Amino acid sequence: MAHVENNPMSEEDILIKEQGYDDHFHDHHHGDKYQSNFITTYIFSQDHKIIARQFLITGIFWAIIGGLMSLIFRLQLGFPEENMAWLRPVLGRWITLNDAGVGSIAPEFYYAMVTMHGTIIVFFVLTAGLSGTFSNLLIPLQVGARDMASPFLNMLSYWFFFLAGVVMFISLFLSTGPFSGGWTAYPPLSALPQASTGSGAGMTLWLVSLVLFVVSVLLGGINYVTTVLNLRTKGMTMWRMPLTIWAFFVTAILGILSFPVLASGFFLLVFDRGLGTSFFLNEIFIGGQALDHVGGSPILYQHMFWFLGHPEVYIIILPAMGIVSEVLSVHARKPIFGYKAMVYSILAIAFLSFIVWAHHMFMSGVNPFISNFFVVFTLIIAVPSAVKVFNWIATLYGGNIRFTSASLFGIGFVSMFISGGLTGIFLGNSALDIQLHDTYFVVAHFHIVMGIAAFFGMFAGVYNWFPKMFGRFMNETLGRIHFWGTVVGAYAIFWPMHYLGMAGVPRRYYKFDVFESFGQFSQMNKFITVAAIFVFALQILFVINFFYSIWKGKKMTTKNPWGASTLEWTTPIHTGHGNWEGNIPSVHRWPYDYGKDGKEFISQIQPLAEGEKDAGDH
Amino acid sequence: MTALLAILCIALIAIIAIQIGKVTELASKIRGEEDMQEIINKRNANYSMVFMVVFLVACIISAGYYKNYMLGYGPHVAASIHGKTLDGLFNTTLFFTGIVFFITQIMLFYYAFKYKGARGRKPLYLPHNNRLEMIWTAIPAVVMTFLVVGGLDAWNEVMADVTPDEEFMEIEGTGYQFAWHLRYPGPDGKLGTRNYKLISGSNPLGQDWTDKKNLDDIHPSEVVLPVNKKVRVRITARDVLHNFYLPHFRVKMDAVPGMPTYFIFTPDKTTEEYRQELSKYPEYQVPDPNDPEKMLWETFNYELACAELCGSGHYSMRRLVRIVSEAEYNAWLSQQQSYFMSSIRGTDEDPYKNEVLDEEVKQRKMEFSDAVQKAMGATEAEGKVLRLNYVYFETGAAKLTDMSRYELDNLVETLNKYPNMTIEIGGHTDNTGDAASNQALSAERANAVKGYLVGKGVAAGRLQTQGYGQSKPAESNDTEAGREKNRRIEFKILTQ
Repeated sequence: MAHVENNPMSEEDILIKEQGYDDHFHDHHHGDKYQSNFITTYIFSQDHKIIARQFLITGIFWAIIGGLMSLIFRLQLGFPEENMAWLRPVLGRWITLNDAGVGSIAPEFYYAMVTMHGTIIVFFVLTAGLSGTFSNLLIPLQVGARDMASPFLNMLSYWFFFLAGVVMFISLFLSTGPFSGGWTAYPPLSALPQASTGSGAGMTLWLVSLVLFVVSVLLGGINYVTTVLNLRTKGMTMWRMPLTIWAFFVTAILGILSFPVLASGFFLLVFDRGLGTSFFLNEIFIGGQALDHVGGSPILYQHMFWFLGHPEVYIIILPAMGIVSEVLSVHARKPIFGYKAMVYSILAIAFLSFIVWAHHMFMSGVNPFISNFFVVFTLIIAVPSAVKVFNWIATLYGGNIRFTSASLFGIGFVSMFISGGLTGIFLGNSALDIQLHDTYFVVAHFHIVMGIAAFFGMFAGVYNWFPKMFGRFMNETLGRIHFWGTVVGAYAIFWPMHYLGMAGVPRRYYKFDVFESFGQFSQMNKFITVAAIFVFALQILFVINFFYSIWKGKKMTTKNPWGASTLEWTTPIHTGHGNWEGNIPSVHRWPYDYGKDGKEFISQIQPLAEGEKDAGDH
Repeated sequence: MTALLAILCIALIAIIAIQIGKVTELASKIRGEEDMQEIINKRNANYSMVFMVVFLVACIISAGYYKNYMLGYGPHVAASIHGKTLDGLFNTTLFFTGIVFFITQIMLFYYAFKYKGARGRKPLYLPHNNRLEMIWTAIPAVVMTFLVVGGLDAWNEVMADVTPDEEFMEIEGTGYQFAWHLRYPGPDGKLGTRNYKLISGSNPLGQDWTDKKNLDDIHPSEVVLPVNKKVRVRITARDVLHNFYLPHFRVKMDAVPGMPTYFIFTPDKTTEEYRQELSKYPEYQVPDPNDPEKMLWETFNYELACAELCGSGHYSMRRLVRIVSEAEYNAWLSQQQSYFMSSIRGTDEDPYKNEVLDEEVKQRKMEFSDAVQKAMGATEAEGKVLRLNYVYFETGAAKLTDMSRYELDNLVETLNKYPNMTIEIGGHTDNTGDAASNQALSAERANAVKGYLVGKGVAAGRLQTQGYGQSKPAESNDTEAGREKNRRIEFKILTQ
């Protein structure tokens, strides 16, 4: 809701001018040598806002690819008997024809699609596309910095991600197909080309791509942490940072601490594949031959993988949580409830995320005694998670909620996080995991809690900060259609999977009719596939809305369209390099003064009134 | 053409979408943004309520519809003792999480509805409330404590290894691309050692045949277990990771190459009992689509599956599992032949090729005394003739091989047991060579046997010998197998 009455823009400009901090930025950057031509402005840009847009658009590209892959394997699961020959023009010989000319999806290809879907969505979309986009966009803008601590490393971060994407993309076109051993890439399957066609060149490119990706995450992460710690503007204490920044900050720390372990695991796997070492291999007979590898342990790889893998799910969900906290507060026109509890719960979740990794390995053959600890720590995570949920709900309570696409996706996020989080309580309990492990119950759980929920967080962020990115609004009607369709469709896809999982149906099955026990759900599988196609179509609607709005969307006419109190909305509508034209604003209060003292909102740059206490200090 | 059509369709949808968007933008221009936002708030607040109601009702209805597939409900009950504990734990967790689920979802969507934005409404300024926050930190903490304690209690009991004085049976499941290979320990109750380097087409598990525990191991094609008997499954993998998954028994454990894992469980329902229970449910009282003669419940079977991605055939690693009564199990077990005896014995891989195994000695002794019993009971002359199956001579000579003594000792024992028995030892040959020398050789060989028996203390007077040469072939001499049968020593019971 605009606030045209007292023209606060100019008032804010005066505040920045009078109270702000003069870093002589524009004396040094005369003529802006860093953005002098098209290439340095839009391609090899060092401006965090351009890099954010690059991450986002690349993320959208990968989301479409990853989504399409899921449709292909859902077609197989929903309609295993159907003739797939019509896919031959696109998929070529991955569609095998029988004598009658009836086409079906080759099992190797099915598994390649499952694997690539997971890898792409987890790493390229929900890590790079989500955290990469919003950390880049919001950290400098919301802490009051001209740019990242190292714009150059920041640029490299994107281009390493881009390169990782190129390598992965090439792997899709190999004659032996991309890697097909699951996104977790457990050896020996991933280590031995004899074990699966995708474990040959496809796996090599997969490893190269993800090592490049780790480099990207680390370069980005170092920058985010440094920027948050060192480049906060005058008055921006840690306890005055918006929850988005807290989330991105902690996410970056998680990434820095966990991705190197994954990279080490990958290197050892490379050694096992190419140099004849036996870190993960032991006593294997395959392809009619007993291998020389002895003494390794495939479980070691699982430890190294999940030491990243579990923090990774928080790397995905924490930024979404931060975004949702901010969006719900702004659009409910209320302070976020329990700001400090929110921060502490982010910190608690982040800490715990490092000591729960083996809950992915209860049934992997690790000593069952060890599992006791992992059960305890895992289920403790439910407590800070519950606190967050209650706080979001309490934020809505008594609000004056403005239903925008952003706030709807925020509410949808909370609903998804509840549904998916609660099933985590089943899976985190090792005794129940005996039956539920590697069934569709797990698929339902993590898709709802970190797939759909994270996507919802991302959508909330895109709709909310689109004006800041492009100076225009996305179309709200299409946005709301997008939301309601997606929330219904996503539940339609994943809710029934709980029942499949309870019935014991294992995940990663190419078809179910080999088993009597698993083959009785063909109607449900059809339903899920149809729902998936519906949801995918709605995302195309989002993509159309996104690109159309970049050029044709409703123009932004005021600096602060949502009436938010954070710093990014004090920058000019068309935010140039360096973010603020004159001084950097200085900060006088916490970021959630909504509805305080009868005012709709009070910007962080407003000095405290006589005798007023900063509500953040409690 | 189809591609073109698809592109056109997408373009059309895009245009429609953009037009829908434009219309509302226009409307907000006409009505004023704030008015429009208020209408939108109202509308979406209503959608929230509709969605909440539909969603929660759908949850309840679908849960009711699928309740028979939920753990511990309807026919989907665990068929093992520990499985029932897990089903109980599942339902406890479902109860608590269900409560939280309904409360929070209702609060979320109801508050969204109730506090929809309206002009003039003053939102509550409520940054925090320590008491509330304490409460909703404490409640989940307490509930989680209960669930953790219950879960760990069950977990440690399920995963505990067998104690030395416990009675249990051990079987082995080995995963490979793409099937399970099963092994039972045989009568000695012990699985023999394995070495992956020994794996070959004829030795699928790499069993070390010099380990005598291997010789009686059975390789059945399905898992058959007696009801109510504790089973320790030794789980191994030959190539990549697999997972030994018995959904009905709540059993799941990774199979790891080079590192055996274990899962211990006690099946407590036979296949037949499970079928009987299924027969009570209408969805099982329909004809089986694969076998329309029978009802679905009649064709039910327990199954063994793989639950760890192992390559392109991961979905097809099925083995049938049958739980039977103790008696049926023993009957089944006695039908099973050891893999060594059926596939390895006597081949080049057999390290005991030139030995007679204790088991075989026992076996032959039994066969022999049965045959003698039968012959003694026979009335006609042919019935009194017995072949000495395991007496061998060096080629072309009348020298007994060392391996012959087991069979001859059986004969000695028989003669000692029946002191009045007299026999005629007859030598036979095939038709290779000339008849006269064959006749001579057969007589010498019969005498050699007599010599051995006399050496063992049998009175020479009880033993007559006769060389028949090639005159009495038992089979045709046209085939090598037939000729082999013809080269033989027989004895005829003369008096008993």
